[in-house]
Amino acid sequence: MKLCEIGFSPRYRLALLVFIGLIIVLPIKLQAKEFKDITFEAGHESLQGWLLPKVPHPKGNEITEARVTLGKMLFFDTRLSGDGNMSCGTCHNPLYGWSDGLPTARGFKSEVLGRASPTVINTAFNSLQMWDGRKKSLEEQAMGPMMSNAEMNMNIPKLLKFLNETNGYKKAFNKAYPKETINELTIAKGIASFERTIISNNSPFDQWIKGNKKALTKQQIKGFKLFVNPKKGNCEVCHSGSNFTDNGFHNIGLAQFGKKDADMGRYIQRPLGLMKGAFKTPTLRDITQTAPYFHDGSSLTLEEVVAHYEKGGVAKGNLSPNMKTAKLSKKEQTAIVAFMKSLNTKQQPFLLPIIPH
Amino acid sequence: MKCFTTKMITASLMTLCFSATIFAQTIEVGQKDKKFTKSKIEINVGDTVKFINEDTFFHNVFSLSDIKFFDLGSFPKGEFKEVTFDKAGTIEVECAIHPEMIMTIDVK
Repeated sequence: MKLCEIGFSPRYRLALLVFIGLIIVLPIKLQAKEFKDITFEAGHESLQGWLLPKVPHPKGNEITEARVTLGKMLFFDTRLSGDGNMSCGTCHNPLYGWSDGLPTARGFKSEVLGRASPTVINTAFNSLQMWDGRKKSLEEQAMGPMMSNAEMNMNIPKLLKFLNETNGYKKAFNKAYPKETINELTIAKGIASFERTIISNNSPFDQWIKGNKKALTKQQIKGFKLFVNPKKGNCEVCHSGSNFTDNGFHNIGLAQFGKKDADMGRYIQRPLGLMKGAFKTPTLRDITQTAPYFHDGSSLTLEEVVAHYEKGGVAKGNLSPNMKTAKLSKKEQTAIVAFMKSLNTKQQPFLLPIIPH
Repeated sequence: MKCFTTKMITASLMTLCFSATIFAQTIEVGQKDKKFTKSKIEINVGDTVKFINEDTFFHNVFSLSDIKFFDLGSFPKGEFKEVTFDKAGTIEVECAIHPEMIMTIDVK
């Protein structure tokens, strides 16, 4: 229906179009605000860029109930692994903030892998996936662990045979992707659709941004200021925007980088000196659920994380130029931690799917 | 006669080189709000692109293209780095720190 058909005046139509335009443009504009331009008051206009936008999706994989239902079954089905004992949910477990609570992941036959399982929370907003950004979308990423010998170690022809011969899955795929066959792409699209429902966007911080003055404590507001201030915490330089990540890559001086067989991270994808030992900035939303921290799980608590930054890292051989050292008192460090805890959306019980047999 | 022809060819070549230098341009591209200020530019062989960091934090500029491979390292607000493009082709340029920053340079 056109706007003119429902009787809006030309002036109203213009105002509506400007409003819609502002909704689209405003978050991007506001995220770029500098510290000096921000007013740290509940509901202030200068803070609105910290509210997450609508969940995006790629063309051809719009989020529908049928796709999410299918994806949820696939995500938790252990029959998608070689030994029939691992699902996506094994390493991305809702009990542990959609990670696994381990320093680094365990793969096939419980082999210890090199990097921590990243949380699935808000990955829908990421422009690149994985610690080294080697996958561009959730669809591109979804089949990776199944195909990896070190992870789920699944035989893909066997997987396709199983799904095509299971009535419940045949029906679910047909409902979700009626004009497509059951193949690697439709499996990936289904899983990605489910992952796009794992969203954290209603934390006390969000409530405060929307105007609820009581949503944050004085200490948390102080922590937020320190977090953003480039001369103090300087955390926002990388943990920026509404998802608290710049989707960028930084060497943050972890001790692991100083070791003989250090993980080179993004350097494998982009062989540039700056990228040696650089990893993708993770989101901070629901952060208390996803310990231990860093790509190697080397910090057990948020207090340890803040202390790491306060001393400017350990292995400083290729430190990100955006990582600055600033003296932070114990009180200030505690305030930053208190602020990060305000980024947790209240947890709700999670309902597991019924998988087809 | 042979000597005259050689002199003429040399003079023509020198004029050509001189003209190319005179007409080569410098095109400015900013890095602002974690974006390149221009997503695509068209330049000529011999032109220089001047990348200026206008953000309050460090950026990088690189290309892994066979036509022009370069890595400008990292530089802070107010500083700039220049690259002269000496071969024709299409080059994708990125910031390694912020991979959402991508632009294309068409060298004619």
